[in-house]
Amino acid sequence: MQPIVRIQREDFDLAAETGRLREGSRDIGAIVTFSGLCRDEAGTLAALEIEHYPGMAEAEIGRIAEEAASRWPLLGLAALHRYGRILPGENIVLVIAASSHRQAAFEAASFLMDYLKTRAPFWKKQHLRDGSASGWVEARETDEEAAGRW
Amino acid sequence: MTDRAVKLIYFAWVRERIGLAEEHVTLPGGIATVRDLLAWLQARGDGYAEALKVPEAIRVAINQDHVPHGAGLDGAREIALFPPMTGG
Repeated sequence: MQPIVRIQREDFDLAAETGRLREGSRDIGAIVTFSGLCRDEAGTLAALEIEHYPGMAEAEIGRIAEEAASRWPLLGLAALHRYGRILPGENIVLVIAASSHRQAAFEAASFLMDYLKTRAPFWKKQHLRDGSASGWVEARETDEEAAGRW
Repeated sequence: MTDRAVKLIYFAWVRERIGLAEEHVTLPGGIATVRDLLAWLQARGDGYAEALKVPEAIRVAINQDHVPHGAGLDGAREIALFPPMTGG
């Protein structure tokens, strides 16, 4: 099972990506998908600007995906992350995990997201609607704790 | 230890405060670890001092792999400095 990792500016389609992952497979019994979206922060956010480290972003998510594949019996795994300017309501990240039974897919998707948030080289900058100072989003302690539980 | 040429890359507020996205530098012989590198860079100017004033807040990757501040710089071609990550 070769994990799929894509870092792209363009949007992605959940149904199309899931369809591609399960194509031709008859042994998949469970698919878990996680979509991370851009919130409007109660109407105050105009857009997010996501910066990334080209090359390392792919490499690091690839390493995390390989780790997930070694820890759970997966039949498919995909991780997509966007960069650039993203508007409220748009997709940011997609994780798809497929396995014979649901527990492996749930756990692998959760593990991949927890690690991605603390180890994949992406940084979010907020642009506010009222034009006031934009700022870098601060890392959350709770994300470190979430990654620590694995 | 001889002088070594490396590419430094900066991201997010580290990039903004230093005022550069990347640069090529020659590391003096005494710079053996990531910690040494951060201290040496702090002395290069006000932007560097501002960006790196809390060294513990800076994450570092060597050749596109995360490393702790105690890591050595042998074999480093590309060293990236950045804040804690906020993707996902």
